[in-house]
Amino acid sequence: MAEPLLQLRGITKRFPGVVANDRVDLEVYPGEVLALLGENGAGKSTLISILYGLYRPDEGEIRLEGQPIQIASPRHALELGIGLVPQHPLLVGRHTVAENLALGVGAPLFPAQRIIPQITRISRAYGLQVDPKAQVHTLSPGEKQRVEIVRSLLGGARVLILDEPTSVLTPQEAEALFGVMRELRAAGRSLIFISHKLEEVLGIADRVVVLRRGKVVGGVAAQEATKAQLAELMVGRSVSFERKRQAPSLGGVVLEVEGLAARSARGLEALRGVSFQLRAGEVLGVAGVAGNGQSELIEVLSGLRKASRGAVRLEGQPISANPAQLFKAGVSHIPEDRLGMGTVPSMNVAENLALREYDRPPLARGLLLNPKALEAQARAQVREYAVATPSIYTPTRLLSGGNIQKVILARELSGHPKLILAVHPTYGLDIGATEQVHRVLLEKTYQGAAVLLVSEDLEEILSLSDQVAVLYHGELKGPFPVESVTRESLGLLMTGGTA
Amino acid sequence: MNKPAFRSGRSVFGLRLEYDPSPPARRVGLVLALAIVAAFLAASLIFWAYGVSPVEVYKTLLGDTLGSRVGLAEVLRRAIPLILIGTGLTLALRGQFFNIGAEGQMAMGATAAAGVALFVPLPPPLTLPVMFLAGFMAGGAYALIAAWLKARLGVNEILTTLMLNYIAVYGVLYLVQGPWRGKSLFGFAFTDTFPPQAQLPTLPGTLVHWPTLILGVVLAVLLQVLLTRTTLGYAVRVVGENPKAAQYAGIPIARVVLLVALCSGGAAGLAGVGEVASIHKKLLDPSQITLGYGFTALIVAYLSRGNPILSVLTALLMAVIFAGGDGMKIAFQMPFRVVDVFSGLILLFIIASEPLVNYRLRRKPHG
Amino acid sequence: MDSGELLAALGRSVAFGTPILLAALGEILAERSGVVNLGVEGMMAVGALAAFVTTQTTGNPVLGVLVGIVAGGIAGMLHAFVSITLRANQFVSGLALSMLGLGIAGLLGKRYEGQPLVASLPEGVFSGLAIALALFLWLVLYLTRAGLTLRSVGENPAAADVLGVNVIRVRYLAVALGGMFAGLAGAFLAVSYRSSWTEGMTNQLGWIAVALTIFVAWDPIRAVFGAFFFGLLYYLAFALQNSGIPSMFLQALPYALVILVLALVALRRRQGAAPEALGVPYQRGLR
Repeated sequence: MAEPLLQLRGITKRFPGVVANDRVDLEVYPGEVLALLGENGAGKSTLISILYGLYRPDEGEIRLEGQPIQIASPRHALELGIGLVPQHPLLVGRHTVAENLALGVGAPLFPAQRIIPQITRISRAYGLQVDPKAQVHTLSPGEKQRVEIVRSLLGGARVLILDEPTSVLTPQEAEALFGVMRELRAAGRSLIFISHKLEEVLGIADRVVVLRRGKVVGGVAAQEATKAQLAELMVGRSVSFERKRQAPSLGGVVLEVEGLAARSARGLEALRGVSFQLRAGEVLGVAGVAGNGQSELIEVLSGLRKASRGAVRLEGQPISANPAQLFKAGVSHIPEDRLGMGTVPSMNVAENLALREYDRPPLARGLLLNPKALEAQARAQVREYAVATPSIYTPTRLLSGGNIQKVILARELSGHPKLILAVHPTYGLDIGATEQVHRVLLEKTYQGAAVLLVSEDLEEILSLSDQVAVLYHGELKGPFPVESVTRESLGLLMTGGTA
Repeated sequence: MNKPAFRSGRSVFGLRLEYDPSPPARRVGLVLALAIVAAFLAASLIFWAYGVSPVEVYKTLLGDTLGSRVGLAEVLRRAIPLILIGTGLTLALRGQFFNIGAEGQMAMGATAAAGVALFVPLPPPLTLPVMFLAGFMAGGAYALIAAWLKARLGVNEILTTLMLNYIAVYGVLYLVQGPWRGKSLFGFAFTDTFPPQAQLPTLPGTLVHWPTLILGVVLAVLLQVLLTRTTLGYAVRVVGENPKAAQYAGIPIARVVLLVALCSGGAAGLAGVGEVASIHKKLLDPSQITLGYGFTALIVAYLSRGNPILSVLTALLMAVIFAGGDGMKIAFQMPFRVVDVFSGLILLFIIASEPLVNYRLRRKPHG
Repeated sequence: MDSGELLAALGRSVAFGTPILLAALGEILAERSGVVNLGVEGMMAVGALAAFVTTQTTGNPVLGVLVGIVAGGIAGMLHAFVSITLRANQFVSGLALSMLGLGIAGLLGKRYEGQPLVASLPEGVFSGLAIALALFLWLVLYLTRAGLTLRSVGENPAAADVLGVNVIRVRYLAVALGGMFAGLAGAFLAVSYRSSWTEGMTNQLGWIAVALTIFVAWDPIRAVFGAFFFGLLYYLAFALQNSGIPSMFLQALPYALVILVLALVALRRRQGAAPEALGVPYQRGLR
């Protein structure tokens, strides 16, 4: 291959207590797709942030076409020809695509109108379909991503960094993205593709570089690599892809949902005629791209939202629309937003553990709180769930994400729930915490709890569930027994196809 | 929200600024004290622009208040409404109800008390208790308007409580100039003087209506217990710190907001009762009753950092300024607005210093 | 009522509405950048006093207006520093600014109380200017790059930041300009509308302007109509003084209406039109 377009030498970045990047060497050649592989916390994000001018490296050198460069800001990065397509699009929802793309670069007068021809030209050249006049908040995740790609290309990016671009896409949308990536590669542009999905990486990349704990631990040509080899490089030990689930012993029907319909906060119809049953000891995995009714389903089942039609019965009784009463009736809720909803970050661990039962004995004596009981409960639960906290009186905002999730698990699962609503329960957690969450959830099912698991991680769904269903446009496809589905068939359902 | 405001780790003269997410109470107190000192320094500039020596101003301020028995009594009298309103607002702030309407609630409390005193025939020993009860209800009910709009429709309470102040002013003015105008003091916009059983006793030779003072301290203690020791206080804290978590746990947010508003409005109402039943002994132009106590009490509440009991102390501090305002009015022909200068500056400096609370200076670099 | 009286009534409504419009335009500017400024009342008071004192000492009302604008801008910068740089609670900072502005103006203005102004400006100039400024602001907001940048900063500052927009600078500029508008509104009161200085002459118009901003959904053109509507109310309160309706009720009307309007807006929109990042201090996070 020719001269590298972009070259990183000995890049080191330290944060208090961690070395995020440790003497990283990396080359990117023109016209190639370089996959950057690594677990959460392996240093990928830091490396991208350095390339995109968000962080300055402590040591090391970056060369562009052989010339050493200092990247001062994202704007500067783009001027140098380095573009980023962020994982979560940074767009103004209420503006049009053209207005978004004109921001910072448009003409002084009529900036949005005058940038439209350029957008059209680029979207034609690479098969990137975008409507310049559409309001961004009406776009699908895939479309928003295309807007970000167009933005980088408008800026003249020669190196395009795609940060976990497929995490918000259906398999079919991802395939379309790979098509665009191939076009760009053919046009001589370089792509850095960040992912932790091995299959994709092997499918699209020319070369794979693996990061672990801030260091480059391996670089291989994609053609010669195998999944098992890459996985081992990534986590540092052989990992198994087995199902974690033991054969469950199912009991009676715990939850019965019939013809459920509900509206979203914006008043749009978000659930249409959803029906399913869940039995004691059973795990139902609900897959689907975010925004297809998952939030509304969980909100109805946890008492946060009223159904507009249909029936929900818990052990044969209609449920009330009151989260406190539902919890009392045995419905636990592990919410998606741990800091925003699942905890009160400024209050301490003991107080957070009391959130559900603060007004009932033993935590309350009449109208008074019982501090002794709060303390005793906190000590017992912190021990049982191995929450790493300096003290039970530490504000939860000072804990790590994994430990905050453990606080929530302890609170929600200690009281032998009948139904557990687990929403993205391992999102953003490290492997250790993820395994603990999975173990605890499964243990509860062996004790007779039913679990409704909402996740975007198909791996997680397939490895934990007995039944699998897909939410698409507010309709529930399934449930199907887990043995009868595959990643591919779920992917099709997630995009509105039939399995 | 609580992320560092400054990049830590930069060192100057071998000292490092370090982020500390859970600062000790000692540092919080120190930073607040420094903020108040800074506010007084900034106020000096304004006095200098007004053409009087700041040193003279502060001499008067302190001399007229802490320097004599009369002054101390004056401070105490000013502290009474500030304690009542301040503790109530402390609770309101804990529940994220930004009640800027204490002036109006105080006026409503005063009006209700006047109504009872003048028009409701009661056995004499019952008159004052019923006046306080009516004042609490009136102030609380008035705050409930804004609270209901917030809880039900999500209307920002800052604007509504503020607007309700002005509506209260005109409403009371209507009463004292119209239907309630006194017969004995013809030609003035006053009601008749309250009968003796509707007047509060004061400490001899002063205007310190001690029953209201005791009421204020008791209320502060009660609200402290409510916040820290009861299930209801727990609910208030959760609603205030993270409404979404409150919703998630099934805490009835609307009811909590209404309750917090009722208590803080009621406390302001009590303050209004105390003022009309002792100082004025009649109902008059409400701006002469409330005098800006409701706004100054915001600073009392802010300084107490969520602790009703502490607000008794911070009320005394602001009472010094309030009482000093009178002295400055006489000595330097300043308008009473001078109190607003202090209030505004202290509030600005308190919130500006907030980020500093979370930093500490250290000599050695951390490892 | 004949046509002459009607015209006069309209003229008075426009005059009453002019300071509200000017202040509201300033608040729209600030809030479009994502910063709530509840200090309008204080900034107006400071602007009014500065304009009055300058006119009184130099005899030049135009210079007075300019100084009033600058004074409002400086007051706005104070809010900008506390709420943008120090990231303090915007609501509390604005409230403090209102107290401080009223306090300072009341104190320093004491000796000017009741003095007749040496030279004043006609009201129509200000009303025309206010309407022109509203149009201009609308054009800037929707048709220029500067406006696009401003709106983006108020909606999604992180997105603007990554594209090289200096979020802090844009917000400072918007808040300072907003303060200048409030200063101009105050100056109008001092050197034209009232042609005098009295403590409390801003008469809560600043607060009405803050409410109006929400009511008109942050739109400068709608603000023109909203402001003149409130102007009409003030006019009616004044005109109906001797009609048998107790004047206290009429005077309380605008405040009651603000509450009513806020409730109606909330009923209809559920804050749909507010800039997304309104009230949230910006801080460069980890992307």
